[in-house]
Amino acid sequence: MESVCSINNFVQCLLNLGIAPDLAQFINILLGVVLVAIVPLVTVIMLIYIERKVAARVQDRIGPNRVGPYGLLQSVADAVKLLTKEDITPLGADKFIYNLAPIIAFASVILVWAVIPFTPLHVGADLSIGVLYFMAVSSIGTVKVVVAGWSSNNKYALLGAFRTIAQLLSYEVPLVLALLIPVMLAGTMSMQGITIAQQGMWFIVMAPVAAVIFFIANLAEAGRAPFDLIEAESEIIAGYNIEYSGFKFGMFMAAEFIHAFTIAVLAAVIFLGGWSGPFVHEVPVLGFIYLGIKTFIIYLFSLVLRSTVPRVRIDQLMAFNWKFLVPISIINVLMTAFLLQVVRALGLAPDPAQATDFVANLPQAVILLLGNLVVIGIVLTMIRNTGRRQRLEDEARHAAALERELERVSAPAGD
Amino acid sequence: MIELNVQTIAFLIFAACILGGALGVVTTRNLIHATLYLVLSLFGAAGFFVLLSAPFMAAVQVLVYIGAIAILIVFAVMLTRSMTRLRDIYNRQWVMSAIAAGLLFVLLMVGVILPVWGVGGAQAGREVSEVVASTAELGTALVSPNQFVLPFEVASLLLTAAMIGAIVIARDDE
Repeated sequence: MESVCSINNFVQCLLNLGIAPDLAQFINILLGVVLVAIVPLVTVIMLIYIERKVAARVQDRIGPNRVGPYGLLQSVADAVKLLTKEDITPLGADKFIYNLAPIIAFASVILVWAVIPFTPLHVGADLSIGVLYFMAVSSIGTVKVVVAGWSSNNKYALLGAFRTIAQLLSYEVPLVLALLIPVMLAGTMSMQGITIAQQGMWFIVMAPVAAVIFFIANLAEAGRAPFDLIEAESEIIAGYNIEYSGFKFGMFMAAEFIHAFTIAVLAAVIFLGGWSGPFVHEVPVLGFIYLGIKTFIIYLFSLVLRSTVPRVRIDQLMAFNWKFLVPISIINVLMTAFLLQVVRALGLAPDPAQATDFVANLPQAVILLLGNLVVIGIVLTMIRNTGRRQRLEDEARHAAALERELERVSAPAGD
Repeated sequence: MIELNVQTIAFLIFAACILGGALGVVTTRNLIHATLYLVLSLFGAAGFFVLLSAPFMAAVQVLVYIGAIAILIVFAVMLTRSMTRLRDIYNRQWVMSAIAAGLLFVLLMVGVILPVWGVGGAQAGREVSEVVASTAELGTALVSPNQFVLPFEVASLLLTAAMIGAIVIARDDE
């Protein structure tokens, strides 16, 4: 057995070859980094094709179908086209920073993949602070917007950057509050720990409100429709990346596509049980497939959403966040924390020994689900009341206007 | 002689980041560049936290200082656009500030670093813990009455007051 080199005993293998321990570990980590980084880089080529195809189908078109079988090589053609475009640096641009921005954009997205558990055994780095790491790394993404917007020496880029920063900073608040709930349920911030805690019951059952808020806030962070004000062509030409051309622009685009896919992976890991599924402990590779399936369901959902919902206005975007998402998130956190303590006080929480058992998790899940349903009910009632009040006001205004009009018409003119 | 292993190399890289970034902040004439140098310096500090087996602090450092505070500084600088393209030196007080900074450095070395971590100091010769403290321990320490609950609550109160103050300032006069 010792002579067989596999990914699981790679360090031992190198040591047997007579390589110094430090160097062996370094090579091992380097290989892991390269492998983890390759996953999103390779996937993005297919993502662009899938995205265009789905958008086309929603809009009753066929989509890319010319390059290669079923148009599969369309993304390759696009990449070649981007490479051959002229690489323009605007006059008066801050060259070093201008070139740095696409790299920051790409890095902030790729870095997230380090903590994503692919199978029970394979994870880039199982950090004990995985969730916090995700937040920290994605907050670097805001830097890219500032840097790109400022260094382009273009007022539209700067204006777009201002708007984008407002959006990114605002939606971090509900995102963090929504992430608190899986952390509370799992009792750990490690991504692998959160996945293991869902062996008995997926968190989407226990915390549907948090899952929806997480999804919405992440869509806004990634700048996907309906929150794609980051690149609102009709309003601010294109936003912070207007001056970029050629492959630097391609890097911004690829980073956005990968970001959209990354949020689907994260939602699958945090709320849909990640790699967990039948026989996953006997054949770990199955976990990769399960994770892929779950991710693609969420990703397809976000694609359909993207091509069906119109873009929101900036004031609607801010109002929706601060007056709707944030209050609900705070109530949701308080409610979940309270119910978790109640469940533990009543002794209904699953025994750690049988945490993977579906039935043992049922009482806790049902109580939490009921709590979530109450929150959803309250929210829907509030929306309904607000809508009705607005409608009544509108009707009253219309009626008053009509009455005035009638008076004006029926009044004898000129007599 | 310092043992040359991965940790030492990482330490040297992070130290170079911090010192280089700090030097850049005070030498560049461009305020945006200065802010980005500051980000580099803060990154180095986050790296130190990782080396000190405090990953939570490292992540918070990146999240708070780079994700929030650096962005705010950039905003403040960008909104005063005439300040971003400085050509002349505004005043000749760099000698004074260099002396002040040097004095502060000496004061910290003599007053804090040497007595505590120097030869014969209270913490001298103490090994860096290999144990990574869990976030749960940190959380317990923050709210336990025997540890840090008072500073924690005082800081919370301060932040709340600052937040209310910010809202009052930003509010339109009605």
